[in-house]
Amino acid sequence: MIGLSDYLIVAAALFSLGVIGLFLNRKNVITILMCIELMLLAVNINFVAFSHYLNDLSGQIFVFFVLTVAACEVAVGLAILVSFYRLRRSIDIEDINTLQG
Amino acid sequence: MLETAFFYMFGGMSVLSGMGVVLARNTMHSVMFLIFCFFNASGLFFLLDAEFLGIILILIYVGAVMVLFMFVIMMLEVNAAKLREGFLQYLPLGGMIAVVLMIEFIAASSSGVFAESAMGAVTHMGQEVNNTKEIGQILYTRYLLGFEIAAIILLVALIGAVVLTIRERKDAKYQNMSAQVKVRREDRVRKVSM
Repeated sequence: MIGLSDYLIVAAALFSLGVIGLFLNRKNVITILMCIELMLLAVNINFVAFSHYLNDLSGQIFVFFVLTVAACEVAVGLAILVSFYRLRRSIDIEDINTLQG
Repeated sequence: MLETAFFYMFGGMSVLSGMGVVLARNTMHSVMFLIFCFFNASGLFFLLDAEFLGIILILIYVGAVMVLFMFVIMMLEVNAAKLREGFLQYLPLGGMIAVVLMIEFIAASSSGVFAESAMGAVTHMGQEVNNTKEIGQILYTRYLLGFEIAAIILLVALIGAVVLTIRERKDAKYQNMSAQVKVRREDRVRKVSM
């Protein structure tokens, strides 16, 4: 029988893959955005698993909100990326130093 | 028994395709792996009686967000080899952090706090229980404020994305609305005595 901890382990693996992807692909903004999506997906799996095993629907409502915010984040992130590409003809993170941070 | 088999299939496939997202050489292949990962995650959602969220995940993520990713990747002319430079440079640090994180997560989740005995018996919803209906009932009553705020966030993101990417061409002709509204009769009509 599949228990809650099995779902949590799958989500933990996905989250860790997202973290390692952030480190490995730190030059490519698009891949970084995808790794963030992967981490959010892991969080969503946790939410749904807890919602099912605690018999509480609120977790699924929160997944709904996380999905909304993630979609907004991707839309705005890619828009920034497109406007930056027009400026510099590159999406390398190391070229994004206009603010001298 | 069948549920266990499906869990291992969906879970294993989603983790494998997550590896594909991270390791793929071509960004387009990463997108494809991520789409596959979302499909498998929605399968996990179906196993957890969250049909509505499973369908929403496919509709929103595969149907909209990943298409947006693909669109941007196709539109930008990116030198993939240059972006791969120093790929393994941060592997020790990133791998260490990820492994420690993973060990912590697994230790926490298999510590027995979340064991079945602690969580109480869970049964699958009967066929007559409609997940979509239940979510609707709770979303439009208890979480109405959050729902409205989510709508406003979406609107802000919509306008923000348009404003960020709009490009005003110098040679194009635009209407100046405020000048048009502000105009007086005297500016346009001139009386001449014949």
